[in-house]
Amino acid sequence: MAPASPSSSATRPATPPAGEQPLVRLEDVVLRFGPKTVLDGISFTVERGERLVVMGQSGGGKSTLLRLVMGILKPSSGRVLFAGTDVARLTRRQLNAMRARLGMVYQYSALISSFTVRDNLALPLEELTEKSAAEIDEMIRERLAAVDMSGSEDKMPSELSGGMRKRVGLARALMLEPELILYDEPSAGLDPVTSSVIDELIVDTSARTKSSAIIVTHEMDSAFRIATRMIMLYQGKVIADGSPEKFRNSDSEVVAQFVSGSTHGPIGEAAHQRK
Amino acid sequence: MVIGAIGHYVRTFLQTVSSLIWLLIDMVAEMGDHISRGRLPFRRSVFFEQGERAGLGSVPLVCMVSFFLGLTMALLTGYQLRTFGTERLVPGLITIAFWRELGPLMTGIILAARIGAAYTAELGTMTVSEEVEAIEAMGLGPLRFLVAPRLTALVVLMPALVVMSNLAALFGTYMICQISFNINGHNFIDLVLEALILKDVVLGMAKSLLFGLIIGLIACYSGLTVKGGAAGVGNATTKSVVATITTVIGVDTFLNMLQVNVLNN
Repeated sequence: MAPASPSSSATRPATPPAGEQPLVRLEDVVLRFGPKTVLDGISFTVERGERLVVMGQSGGGKSTLLRLVMGILKPSSGRVLFAGTDVARLTRRQLNAMRARLGMVYQYSALISSFTVRDNLALPLEELTEKSAAEIDEMIRERLAAVDMSGSEDKMPSELSGGMRKRVGLARALMLEPELILYDEPSAGLDPVTSSVIDELIVDTSARTKSSAIIVTHEMDSAFRIATRMIMLYQGKVIADGSPEKFRNSDSEVVAQFVSGSTHGPIGEAAHQRK
Repeated sequence: MVIGAIGHYVRTFLQTVSSLIWLLIDMVAEMGDHISRGRLPFRRSVFFEQGERAGLGSVPLVCMVSFFLGLTMALLTGYQLRTFGTERLVPGLITIAFWRELGPLMTGIILAARIGAAYTAELGTMTVSEEVEAIEAMGLGPLRFLVAPRLTALVVLMPALVVMSNLAALFGTYMICQISFNINGHNFIDLVLEALILKDVVLGMAKSLLFGLIIGLIACYSGLTVKGGAAGVGNATTKSVVATITTVIGVDTFLNMLQVNVLNN
């Protein structure tokens, strides 16, 4: 297989051609950790150019879902397909090539703490592409400017605030011009203004690079700002799937309680029953 | 109940051993993938950084411990041998003991404590802060990127450190021989060279390579399998040091028994 080469956003169509397969498809995915069933028959798709927000309670398997898409975890049963290919059946080499087509933004950024911002951003390019040092420097400048972090190349991650680290994390995820960006709780732990800035950045990035995104969050304001589609996980199943508007006006008691943040409703009762 | 507990420990032990072997196999496979794309198996800069840390950084401690150990051994054995008028055997005795046995063993124990602990703590911290997963998610191969340069640096530099350890011990012995047993420099060198045989040197070096591999593998594996945040890193580091030191001593004992009973020397 050829070395993982980043696809160019310039050549990527803004809207998918008719009949094109979804970028991500989960088919009846079950994931068990020992006796515990974390995901219980999950099925959904992510179309090209779509921003899918995955909502659900803490510990409900949302981040696990991202790890399944990346091929870090394998489903106990069911299939996870990326661009039509079953992720669980890929060889190590094919899996690494597929991962180069994805970008992941972690909740706590996961920047390599012993590397400067520049080295963090250069890492995927130096390891996976044949680009020259000058080209890499130019791309780093570009990506940092896109996330409003110009001039921070020589800073260490420990010198950055939470919001700045998130932006550098996003810049790193964008280095290989991914087709799909996975966000794990992008607004968690940030003040409302910084949270809005990150949300805008996610929407801008998606529009500018024509990439798809799966965003895991339980911050409702962020979810509605970002999403073109939403799904909600509850007790290991997808209980709602639709547009943000559909979620706002949902008849489901669970969805309504989650969206309003009320302490009274089926979510609390179920938790009490489990205890 | 006792049998159940024994069974549990045996199963855990075998699981850990097989995990270590798989870690090594996966690391080599990841390196092979990278090499087949016309690239170096890992970053040169990381290898040299780790080499400086594991090798150069360990020289003072290894030399100091070996110097004092050589000096003490020479002093104690020399006074016993003087009773029989055979204190001239001291340089040869220390030479054989260090080149064959104590050099690799002492260096292994020192590196297990100094570098093994550092590897576990470092990789453990990277694991709990999701840095290792981020490297995996980028498709870079965390074993190739993180474990390979550390393991290679340790394995390559162990023999060099063992040579330093042996020379430091002989220097300590020389000082005692000169001061207490009236053996001058020329005599000392003659007695050392007389005792030193190629087989002991080769066995000592082979042991040092094996100990480097054991320390690196256990330390990196312990770091990559950390669970439970800062406390988890602390626990893993302690367990890693205990496991590496115990394994090094255990393997050394096994090799000595093999050497004495099977190879008859």
